[in-house]
Amino acid sequence: MSKIEEQNSGKKEGEIRYLTPLNIDTSTQKKYCRFKRTGIKYVDYKDPDFLLKFVNEQGKILPRRLTGTSLKYQRKVSVAVKRARHLALMPYVADMLK
Amino acid sequence: MNHYETVFILNPVLSETQVEEAVQKFVDIVKTYKGSITSQENWGLKKLAYPIENKKSGFYHLFEFTATHEAIEPLEVELRRDERVMRYLTVKLDKHALAWAEKRRKRNKAKA
Repeated sequence: MSKIEEQNSGKKEGEIRYLTPLNIDTSTQKKYCRFKRTGIKYVDYKDPDFLLKFVNEQGKILPRRLTGTSLKYQRKVSVAVKRARHLALMPYVADMLK
Repeated sequence: MNHYETVFILNPVLSETQVEEAVQKFVDIVKTYKGSITSQENWGLKKLAYPIENKKSGFYHLFEFTATHEAIEPLEVELRRDERVMRYLTVKLDKHALAWAEKRRKRNKAKA
C-alpha cells in the first residue's frame, strides 16, 4: 500500500493533523458579470477610466475568473482595452496604475 | 452603407489653424467618396499614456460617418501618409455601438 492510501484509510497518520476541521473563509458573495447585470451592450474603448476596472496595476488585462465577466463580454473588454492602448488612452506597460 | 468611427491623434506642435485644416482634409476625403459625417468631436490636447514619436501629448479628434467600404482604404492611406497624424484607428460600428454613440453624444451635450 502506498503512503497516501494508508493515510486515507486511517491506518497511518499523515504528518499534519488537525484537531478541528479547517475553517477556510470563502466569500459567499457570488461574482457577476457587470455587463449582463447593468445591460451594457457595447464596451467603449474611448473610456479609459471605465476600462481601468479590468486591468491590474501594471495595465495587464485581468482574467475573467477574477472580474466575473462573462465570456461574451470578456472578449469585448479585451478588444476595447487593446484599442485604447493603441490610441495611447491606456498604457501598454505601467507601474502603480491604481 | 456602413457606420464607421475614426479617431486620430495629431502632432501637438501644430497650431490651431493647422489642426483644423488637417481635420477638414480627412472630412473632405470621406465626402468625396459619398460618405456623410454624422458627428465630429474634438477632444483637444490630451496627454498620451506613453510617448509616441517622443511626444507626450497630442490633439485627439473623433469623427463618426456613414460610408461605403470603398471609402475606408483611401482614407486610411491618407492617414498613414500624413506626417501630422501620429496614430489613427478606424472601427466599424454595429447596432449596439451606434446606440452607445447616440447615448454618449446626448450625455456630452448635457454636460456642455
